[in-house]
Amino acid sequence: MREVAVIGVGMTKFGELWNTNLRSLFVEAALKALKDAGVDRLDSMYVGCMTSGLFAHQEHLGALMADYLGQKHLPAYRIESACASGGLAFRLGFIEVASGMSDIVLVGGVEKMHTGADVTDALSTASDSEYEAFLGITFPGLYAMIANAYMHKYRIPYKEFREKLAHVAVKNHEHGSKNPNAQFRMKITVDTVLNSTLVADPLRLMDCSPVTDGAACVVLAPVEIAKKLGKPVVKVIGSGAATSAIALAQRDDIAWLDVVEAAAKRAYDMAKITPKDIDLVELHDCFTIAEVCVLEALGFYEPGGAINAAYNGDTYIGGKLPVNTSGGLKAKGHPVGATGVAQIVEIVEQLRGNAGERQVKGAKRGLAQNMGGSGASSVVHILEVE
Amino acid sequence: MLTPRVYTEIPQRYRLEANKCKACGKVFFPPRLVCTCGSQDFEPYRLPTRGKIVTYTVVRTPGFVFKLQKPIVLAIVELEDGTRIMAQVTDLPPVVEDYSEIIKIGAEVELVFRKIFSEQEAGIHVYGYKCRLI
Repeated sequence: MREVAVIGVGMTKFGELWNTNLRSLFVEAALKALKDAGVDRLDSMYVGCMTSGLFAHQEHLGALMADYLGQKHLPAYRIESACASGGLAFRLGFIEVASGMSDIVLVGGVEKMHTGADVTDALSTASDSEYEAFLGITFPGLYAMIANAYMHKYRIPYKEFREKLAHVAVKNHEHGSKNPNAQFRMKITVDTVLNSTLVADPLRLMDCSPVTDGAACVVLAPVEIAKKLGKPVVKVIGSGAATSAIALAQRDDIAWLDVVEAAAKRAYDMAKITPKDIDLVELHDCFTIAEVCVLEALGFYEPGGAINAAYNGDTYIGGKLPVNTSGGLKAKGHPVGATGVAQIVEIVEQLRGNAGERQVKGAKRGLAQNMGGSGASSVVHILEVE
Repeated sequence: MLTPRVYTEIPQRYRLEANKCKACGKVFFPPRLVCTCGSQDFEPYRLPTRGKIVTYTVVRTPGFVFKLQKPIVLAIVELEDGTRIMAQVTDLPPVVEDYSEIIKIGAEVELVFRKIFSEQEAGIHVYGYKCRLI
């Protein structure tokens, strides 16, 4: 297997972008990534997207995006794994370059969620359609069930739990305020979260990631090509993916994301490192409780311990393990299919030392964790700068 | 969406029909063709109707199908034989200020037969199981 590097990154602004469409978003991010990489040809392309069919009445994204990128006859694949579509697309692009089958591969993710479609209904297709969505459960509802199970399992009083959870959103908005591409750049307080409207008890509006339009792209190449480009070489040193029960009721422990633990173990084993070797993390905070559970499953905290992470300041830029320096899904925004690729973009910017106000000093290794559904699929990547 | 005819042919929704692995005894709801032990030899099995709430939530912003029913309360219930099932919690008082006062993790419930929603403009009722506090 060849060593693989990320040689180019690009993303659109994330937000409520009524004046653009699915294809334009993707092509904008792709052109930025190609320009950053300094390459003019591609061997293949992967497009991560969850549900353009429901949002934009458009499938067949491989052909559409290759066509509009001006890449005639390019082999192109659309990858779907709910909100982990982007991360999984990145893994497949990585595998293709590592295998020697292709040299220059573009991996992108895109979602256009503001189209007039019922977003809650469209997203619910990532759950078990016949035994979950059929009953009226929503994604905030599924993560709220995880939150209640967590609070009960670790015997945390409601008021304390609620306040500590709010700190996750406060921290991610603080980080997002420093990111020009973030959907929400305003800082918020614990009271902003606690006074926001209830969405699914105990989660409130400001515990939830927003509805977002956006795209992100990266270009992959073998390390020997990356070394000729005169930029810091950011290598992919670990990649792990896993799946678990699609229905929350069928997981052994509702407060534990076994899928993240399994994907992370594979990525750590491949990179031959442990959690303590990681300098920063971009993880899937689709809801505040998800950031807590993911930090534990990635091995950064003991079970029941990560509820204190943002509250204690550990996960702020400047803390002992900066988490979601981009603002995370909460503040940067969550165009579902694009999220996994946008996480890679942030890690690469950080490892190159290009993250401006958000820069984590001396960052050498970053981890990106992307998740599908209520924890039915997850992808973990570890990147390192030479 | 499935047609009403198809709905009425789903034994899981009408008779709580699960299946049980003949090799290791594990119960699956909904039924599966392959067990986690590798066996493909199953027998039909009807779920018990009593259990306890493992976790729950109150969905205040459901999708369009459930808009008129909001808020809806949903729980994961562990039945007496250990099988877990998600269900709406029904027969609650019409106005509830704080659901945590009446619904607790560990509370006992029983499964009941109820309308889940009415489908699209024709308004055809779709039935299935819900649970209620005992």
